[in-house]
Amino acid sequence: MLSAHHLRCSRGDRTLFADLSLSLAPGRWLQVGGLNGAGKTTLLRTLVGLNPPDDGEVRWNGTPIREAGEDFRRACLYLGHHAAVKDELTPFENLRQASAIDGVALDDAQAGDALRRIGLRGRGHLPTRVLSAGQKRRVLLARLLVRPATLWVLDEPFAALDTDAVELMGELIGAHLAQGGLAILTSHQPAPLPAGETVSLAA
Amino acid sequence: MNTLFVALKRDLLLAARRRSEVVTALFFFVVVVSLFPLGIGPEPAMLRRIGPGVLWVAALLATLLGLPRLFASDHADGTLEQMALSPRPFALLVAGKIAAHWLLCGLPLVLLAPLLGLQFNLDAGELQVLMLALLLGTPVLSLIGAIGAALTLGVRGGGTLLALLVLPLYVPTLIFGAGAVEAQSAGLGSSAQLSILGALLALAVFFAPWATTAALRIAIE
Repeated sequence: MLSAHHLRCSRGDRTLFADLSLSLAPGRWLQVGGLNGAGKTTLLRTLVGLNPPDDGEVRWNGTPIREAGEDFRRACLYLGHHAAVKDELTPFENLRQASAIDGVALDDAQAGDALRRIGLRGRGHLPTRVLSAGQKRRVLLARLLVRPATLWVLDEPFAALDTDAVELMGELIGAHLAQGGLAILTSHQPAPLPAGETVSLAA
Repeated sequence: MNTLFVALKRDLLLAARRRSEVVTALFFFVVVVSLFPLGIGPEPAMLRRIGPGVLWVAALLATLLGLPRLFASDHADGTLEQMALSPRPFALLVAGKIAAHWLLCGLPLVLLAPLLGLQFNLDAGELQVLMLALLLGTPVLSLIGAIGAALTLGVRGGGTLLALLVLPLYVPTLIFGAGAVEAQSAGLGSSAQLSILGALLALAVFFAPWATTAALRIAIE
């Protein structure tokens, strides 16, 4: 269970949000809404511990995430705006390198299987630089299939994806929630998911 | 330790895909060192005196050349964020990246140095000390440079700032590195200078990855 208590974050002189509290139970998902520049990404980065909040704290199962340290980082998977995908490497290599950094054992068969499921059949050994924006995005999203994590924090997971991929993402997130996982996402389009909780940030 | 090798292998794989970047720094080292005998003229005694210093200064500059790229692409594409969020210790991943930088930018300089030293009329004993001094000194250059690269990450015109920040910190390594070879040619033995270089290396190995990690955490905030 993830909870945030009285968070305040600012960028420069501007306060993005203040006194923001939320909590998310297993099997539930949270949609962070708001206009461009309202601070959605900042909130997500604060929740995973990349940006320390000016005030307040984030807790994982009741422990502040700073103290939970490795336990929290193992339970949490954050996929941000940036693709974290290297153009020089093939999707296959990208997936294996990402798993190595995460400390997850991944053999060739598992990596190939994940890429097939995410819709990159036959593209696994091309350099990522020749893939389209949506396909690069899929390389990143393939990590959802190979990295075990309880909490998914996804920044615009549906951006640049075609309708089939959006549907697939919806199924993946739905299955994750059904297994007692938690998900937090920002999205400007309606997510193909059962009703969840929402937080709206004012610009 | 495994964590260190994960980051090391990753950076070596990436370097294999963009070989030109590695070769550029090496070529720069060779060209700069070779310009001195051409510019100063073939006077063996003079060349022998300036040789160690020239090789060391060129090694500093060649190391500096690759530094801005050490974290830049991983910062731009979000890989650094993923490393910071990984269950693996971030400092060890960073140490692995620094080790890869040394293997690609430092070790080749050590191996090329004796060949280039011949242009300066250095004898076998001096070349040996030169290699040893570079072997101890170039990792220090990579380690100190990584701190500077992390501090200037995302700053516009970061490359120039990096040079201004890092070059003064390279001074002790330069003095004792070039001094080792000079002491050897003067017949004094180089063990004192080499011991100091070893001590600098031990200090840098201990503190630099930690300081670099702290700077990177600020950069990705």
